[in-house]
Order: sequence, then C-alpha cells, then structure tokens
Amino acid sequence: MYGLGIIKGLGITIKHFANTYVEDFKQGIKRYTAEDRFTARQGLEAQGLFTVQYPEEKIAVPERFRYIPFLVVNDDDHPDAPGQPWCTSCGICSKVCPPQCIWIVRSTDPETGRPKPEPQEFYIDIDICMNCGYCAEFCPFDAIKMDHDYEISSYDRTSAHIYDLQKLTKPLSYWRTIAPTRAEEERTAREAKEAAKAEKAKK
Amino acid sequence: MSNEAVSLHNPDYPVPEELRHNIAITTLDRIYNWSRARSVWPMLFGLACCAIEMIATAAARYDPARFGMEVMRPSPRQADLMIIAGTVTKKMVPQIVRLYNQMSEPRYVIAMGACASGGGPFKEGYSVVDGIDKFIPVDVYIPGCPPTPQALLQGFITLHEKIEGQSITTVPWYRKGEGEAIPVPVLGPDLIDPRQTALIRNVASQPPDTSDAAQEPATD
Amino acid sequence: MSKTSPDTTTNDVAEILQQKFPDSIHPDDREGYSGIVVSPDSLVEVAQSIRDDFRYNLLTSLSYVDYIDEDFFEVVYHAYDTVKGGPALNFKARTPRSQATLPSLTGVWPSANLQEREAWDLMGIHFTGHPNLKRLLTWEGFEGHPLRKDWKEPFYEEDKKPFKSRWPEGRPDRAESRLPYGMNVQYPPGFTPDGWSPEGESALYDSLSTPMTGSGVDVQAIKTDQLVVNMGPQHPSTHGVFRMAVTLDGETITRLEPVVGYLHRNHEKIGERNTYLGNMPYTDRLDYICSMSNNLAYAMTIEKMMGQEVPERAELLRVLVVELTRIVNHFWLIGFLLNDLGAFFTPALYAILERELIVDLFEALTGSRMMCNYMRFGGVAYDLPPYIGGPAVKPGDKARHMDTMKFIKDLVYERLPRAIDQLDNFLTQNEVLVSRCKGVGILPPEAAVACGVTGPVLRASGVPYDIRRSDPYSIYNELDFDVAVRYNCDTYDRYLIRLDEIRQSLRILEQIIPGLEATEGQEYWAGKRGYNVRVPTGEHYGHADNPKGELGFYVVSDGTANPYRYHIRAPSLINITALEEMCRGLKVADSVVILGSLDIVLGELDR
Repeated sequence: MYGLGIIKGLGITIKHFANTYVEDFKQGIKRYTAEDRFTARQGLEAQGLFTVQYPEEKIAVPERFRYIPFLVVNDDDHPDAPGQPWCTSCGICSKVCPPQCIWIVRSTDPETGRPKPEPQEFYIDIDICMNCGYCAEFCPFDAIKMDHDYEISSYDRTSAHIYDLQKLTKPLSYWRTIAPTRAEEERTAREAKEAAKAEKAKK
Repeated sequence: MSNEAVSLHNPDYPVPEELRHNIAITTLDRIYNWSRARSVWPMLFGLACCAIEMIATAAARYDPARFGMEVMRPSPRQADLMIIAGTVTKKMVPQIVRLYNQMSEPRYVIAMGACASGGGPFKEGYSVVDGIDKFIPVDVYIPGCPPTPQALLQGFITLHEKIEGQSITTVPWYRKGEGEAIPVPVLGPDLIDPRQTALIRNVASQPPDTSDAAQEPATD
Repeated sequence: MSKTSPDTTTNDVAEILQQKFPDSIHPDDREGYSGIVVSPDSLVEVAQSIRDDFRYNLLTSLSYVDYIDEDFFEVVYHAYDTVKGGPALNFKARTPRSQATLPSLTGVWPSANLQEREAWDLMGIHFTGHPNLKRLLTWEGFEGHPLRKDWKEPFYEEDKKPFKSRWPEGRPDRAESRLPYGMNVQYPPGFTPDGWSPEGESALYDSLSTPMTGSGVDVQAIKTDQLVVNMGPQHPSTHGVFRMAVTLDGETITRLEPVVGYLHRNHEKIGERNTYLGNMPYTDRLDYICSMSNNLAYAMTIEKMMGQEVPERAELLRVLVVELTRIVNHFWLIGFLLNDLGAFFTPALYAILERELIVDLFEALTGSRMMCNYMRFGGVAYDLPPYIGGPAVKPGDKARHMDTMKFIKDLVYERLPRAIDQLDNFLTQNEVLVSRCKGVGILPPEAAVACGVTGPVLRASGVPYDIRRSDPYSIYNELDFDVAVRYNCDTYDRYLIRLDEIRQSLRILEQIIPGLEATEGQEYWAGKRGYNVRVPTGEHYGHADNPKGELGFYVVSDGTANPYRYHIRAPSLINITALEEMCRGLKVADSVVILGSLDIVLGELDR
C-alpha cells in the first residue's frame, strides 16, 4: 500500500517524541537532576530524548580516555620535592610516538656534564599528535599520561599548539582525580616493585 | 551561556531603577552578533575521519540544533561556516579554496582536528597539506585526533564567542569595494600556490642544493 | 590440460605450474618468501592458466615492492579460489628498475585495473596493454613515483623512525620552517610556474566525451550530444571526497569513471618508515568506521610473521570488538543508504544512536571512540573495564556507571536485536526503498569475482565467499554462524545482506559472551609487550573479512624494526572497479544509490 511507509516512519518519530514526555511525567524533575538518572538517560534503557545538553551537562569521559598527553609532577604538598617531574627523560615516549611529535632535551649536570634524569625541555606538537596513547602505555615511570581535557579549542595555533614543559605538567593529584582506579593500580604496582627491589638489595 | 560579554542585555548605560524591569537596552552590535551567532549554518562537507565525528555530532545525542546549527547546507552559497573535518590533501585543496571563495560573507572556518590544523599524523607525507590555514583563514582550531563530539561543540561555542566579539563598524564585509578572492592553487609537479609564483621562480633558478640531492637512498 | 583434484594444495599447484611452464617459472626461494616467480613474457599465459585450469578466480591483491639493492621491482599477485577457499596462490613478476614494464593482467582479471594504475602511479611500473594507465592517487603531472625507495618527500627527515632529532637534543621545529616555501611542497630543479597548465582535467573529460558505440543509442541519428557531468569531490552523497565523472545520454549513464585520490594520505610511505607497532594507530585511520577490524587484520599479519601466539581471552575480546564493529558499520551503511534514497537523515539518526552505544563501550575499553588502537602483537591492549563511565571532573560533568558485562549482554541480547528488527520493520518493505533498489545495479556473480569485489557486496551477488570460513582466522572456525548470501545481485539484496550479517554477528557475539565470562582475569596479551618489535625476514600477506570486504596487508620485512614494504589491499578501492558495470544504462540518480550500497570509505580507498 502506498503511503504506509510514511505513516510507519512518522509513527516511530512521534513515539520517540511522546516517550520523552511520558518519561518526564513519570520521573519528574529528577530525570534531569538526579545523578543516577543520567546513566539511565544515556544507557541502553534510554527512552525518549537522548540528547546531552552540552555544555550544561557533559558526559564524563572514562578513565582510559585519551586526548593530549601531559607530564605528571609531584603534588605541591609533597614532603621532599614538590613539583618534581617524574619524567627521567629516558626518551622512550619520543621513540614509540608513531608520528614523532615529542621532542625532549635531556638535562645535564652543569658541574660534571653528565646527563641528569630529568627533562630540561619537553615539547609536544599537538597538531601532529594522534592521541594513540603509546607514550603513556610504554612509559616505565608512569610519568606521561593521556589527559582528559578535550575543551582546548583556540583561535591561534602558531603560538599555542606546541606544548612546552610548563604547559604539559600537571600534578599527580590531577591524575588521581581523572583516573582514580588506574592511579591506584599504578601506585600498588610501583610499591610492589620498590619492595621487590629492596628485598633484592637486602640479599 | 552566563558569560558577561555574551549576554544580550548588558547596556553599559545608566537605566533608572524604576524602568529596569520594563526596558532592555542593548547595542546594535550585540543584537546583530547575538542573532548571527545563533544561526550559523555549517556546510555539509566532510573530508576524512573527523567527518564521522562531525556527523555523530549532528545526530541526536549532541544535537547542534540547540545552537541553531542543525541546518547543514550542501551548497557553499547558503553556508556560514566551513568545518574542515579531516586531512586536507594537495589534490583536494583547490576545491576547498574554491568552495571558500563561493561562500558569502560573513563566513567562518573551523579547523577540526590535528590534520586540518597542521597536517596531523600525516604531516610528513608527500600529498598532505600541512594546515589549511596556509590557504584560507581559520577562525577556530580544535585539537584532537579526532576531536570528540563534545570537543567539537566546545569549538562551536568558542566560535560563537568570537562572533559575539565582532563589531559591525569594523567587520570586513561592510567595507567598500569587493573583497578579494583567494587565488585557487594549481596542481603542478607539486601543489602551486599562485601567491608563491615569484618565490618558486627564484628558488628554481638557483643551482640545486647538492648536499640534499647527493643523499644516499636507504640500503639497510 | 591438468585438472586439479579437490585436495590439491597451493604447493601442488605451484609444482604443476612449474612442470607446465618449465622455462618461465621458478620458485621464490628467498628465506621467508613463498610462491613462484613468473617471467614477464609468459605472465599473461600463466595467469590465464591459474584462473582457468586451477580455478583461482579471484585476484585479490596486487602488491609491488621496490628492491632497490637488487635493482628490480617485484609485483606480487595473490589469487584465491572462491569456491574451494583455502590459502592464496602467490605469484610474482620482476622487472628492472630502469625499464619497469610488465604485461597488464586486466584482460585476465579486471580487478587488476585500478591496482595496476596505482602501481604505475606510486611505483612507476608501466603495464603494457592496460586500457587506461593514468595516475590514480596523485594527479597527472605529479613529479616522481613516491613509493620508490629513492624518492624523498618535501618534509623528509630520515629513512627510519625513531628520528634522531627527537631525543636527547630535541628542539621542536615545524617541518615547514625548513623549506623556502613554508609548505609541504617541492619542485624539480629548473621548474617555472609560468605558463603551467594542469592537464589532468581536460584529459579526463576528453576521454569520456568520445562517442560510445554499442550503447544502444544511435547518437548521430537523433542528433543529440552526450553530456559529461562531474560529481564530487564535494558532494553530499559521495560519502566523503569521492568523485566520479559520468557521461550522460539524456539521463542515462553511458560511461562512468571514478576519480580518486582526494584523501590520499600516503599510509604506505609513512608505514615503511614507521616501526611495526607504530603502524597500528595508522591502521585505525584506514577505514575509520571500523578501526577495530583494521587493527585485527594488521595484528594477525605481523603475528603470523613473528610466530606469535595469542591467548584465548584476547581472541575472544578481538572477536567481540570486531563483530561489534561490523554491526556499527552496517548500521551506519543502512542509515546512509536511506540518506542517499532521499530520506534525509532520519533513518541515519536511529542508526547513529545504536552506534553511539557501541562506541561508548569502545571508549571505555580503549580510550577513544573511533581510533581504538586496541590490538597488539600477541593480544589486546586492555582487558574489559569493570564499568562503563568515568568520574565527574569538569564542571557540568555527569558520571555514568554501567557494569561492562551487563552492558554487553544487554546490548547483544536485547538492544541490538530490537534495533535491527525495528530497522527491518520500518525499512525493508518501504515502497521507496523497494522501488529504488529492486533490480537496480545488477552485479552478476561472474563480474563480481572478475572485478575482485569482496565482502558483503560479493555475497549479495550470490557468491558465498567469506574469509572467516574460507581461510579461517582467529577463533572463527570454532564459532557457529552462517555466511550470509543473497542471490538477486541487486541493490536491494545488498541492503538485505547487511541485515543478515548483523544478525549473524549477533549470533557470534552470543557465543562469545559465555567465553568472556569463563576467561575473566586470564591473560589478554602474551609475548614481550615491548615496543620494539622484531620481525624475521620474509614476506606475508595477511587478510581478514572486514565489514567492507577483504582487507589485506602485504608486509615485507628485512629483519629491522621497520617494515621494508607495507602495502594495504583496500576493499573499498577494488570494489569500485565494478561501479561502472553496475551503473551503465541506469539513471544518474541510481548511481548515488549504487555507490551507497557498495559501501566505500575514502580513508581506505585513497589511503
């Protein structure tokens, strides 16, 4: 029958439209305010309106989310070395980087002239970075991590899009906030490694 | 948007207390930009991977209709915003410049993703343009490979802020005389930017740099 | 004529061929290599014998390698038997670098057409007898053949990554600052731009506007002119930057020529400089809708060369994500096929909604919605996360919390079957879809195989050829599923087969879930997990049945950390070989629908 396709098509659209109001009626204002309702609205059981009202509400990104990398430094209240970068400038991240967007200048001790395990300069060209996450994955010191901040659009790239050490560093507490489980796992792994090392040293 | 500069009723002009609730004072700039920023029509035009995220943004979950941007126009004549969504290749850039020239002013360009901004992971390749801003002016750069839909929406908001900062007295499209079209690049032995003709002639007339030419090919 | 018995193996065939052509065939006995080397003079004859006597009717891949030290180019052909299945017959031909000429195989297998053009374009091998040997991915007038080992691009830094300038004295420079032009361009010495006029366009239009004979219309008698119309590269229905030039007689298509290369991103040149692992995220960007499937094909290729085993849980996770990717791709395709039919965006919205739910899982699992970069040599990068969602950090962030296994189960058992039934219910009987698609764009099975078409398009032409069954990989031979096949060879069947394939994928996923639960906590990444992967010397062609067709990787290793040759056999590119055949004689509006049903993606087509 001609026209049936149109009626069926309009039917599903109307059903979808009406469902939003049915849900609103059933759940009231809580549908938009209560924390757990967001999961329901954006999950498999979603009924009716599926839209995220960005920027008023944003989907929180998962812990493994990858965007531009950042360098982990000690928190400001660290007892021994506040603000000390974890990076030892071993260069593994710049070697694994598939598009080669990481530049590192290794520090040298001014007296002995020997290399020091910390970066003097560290650059990432975010116009080349492909967010693959290899740098974070293969860093043996947990010193480089993928940031979750995706709201970084800008008006100018010539000055703003090569990130330097200052722009790249973020404290450990930030990493703990954006990826609590992973930070905890890494801490346990590091402690186990330290313990094993100490055990070995004793022997 | 609660931003002070963005709000429409912000008179900078003393309004008597008793009239505060009855009249609204705004500047012509503000009402002009307010209406423009809320009806930016993007061009329906995708290049590569980022286009998929652009389409995902245009779908129900992120719904750009909330910004007045759901009307994707396939014709450059009807579009206000060109989203360079993906890698710009040398073969494609003449078409992009031509499309940009065909857009009517005011027109805006968003470089979505690393490739459009600066070549991205393919920058080292021989057939990729290292940033569309070498050819057409870009208003907003959105880093990421690819930017998530939320990042693209944030880029839209950044663009709206830029639009709202413009003044009707200084915008180029109300100046006298015709605006100059951007010369369309030509596909030669490599991409030729007509603005560089003199430079190409100069460089080519110099003897070739032997240190580069004598480089041994890879053997290992 | 030597006839093959059902249990003839590829090695036997090679031997029989050698007996038949003793003077022109010798085995490739380099270490790590396989197949036979055919002398150029008898290449066509041998190819015909391979096709007719031994039934290797599908020439899938034509790869080309520049062996600069030995001073020859080698073209490597991989032919498959679509009836019997099994591994490829691999034969090669060599030609000196200074005078690179080989006979064209387009007469034997039309699927060689675009691939030979690509080899001419990128490697500069001249194929005599090719009907239309023009540049494919670059443009007419481009200087040089980029995949030759002695050709250097403008931003050339070093032959191999990692570049030495990055560490320990890595001062950033933008590559453009090194060149006088400030751009990614270079010109031959003495080149002057004065008076340069690009030749490609006029040549293209001239070649198309020559009157066609045998189109059934006597052009001279009715005093009409044929019209050449250009579609794309900026066209809403060409799914990216695809371009086709069509010759129209009235509204009827008489000739059609696809013009590609508008998204040529030199994957192969970059891939040869990259490390093996470094190529993995680049494969994401081939077919950017199905990054997981690309990962799998590449990972399997390198694992085979390394002899790396994959643990069971990794295989299960791989099949899980790959089949979900297939569902995403087919949903996407159905949505946009309807777009092409004029139902602008409404069906696509429903299709994208389902995709959003699946990419939510991918994002939680791998960290990225699209560019998953999930597989590693010997397994996968991560195990399933405990839950989907993340902590609220930014102002406005709303956290979600969904148990991953429950999410996957609900998705597979409830949500996706319901969604596919809904699409089926609303679309399959829709009169517009039926009348626009039924009987349109017929691709007969013989033509499909000859043109090298693979994937759902081939199966919709009545050829039940699925690599998951014919040359099984991963754990597919332990899984119970049917190869979806349809016999009407038209656009409608190409739509229906996508529905069938989604249902089969769901069937596979239902079998995967118990395994995932049983193997929880087991190893998901075997091997050294290092970043510096060493691959023994040799060659390998690995392939997988991607949602779009057969994705193949031909990799040559010279034992170093970087591949010597990295060739991608892109299904989208080779599937469009059949486009002209399918569109000829139809209205111009049908070509849009046919192209939509072919399911191309430009990132892979142009590479």
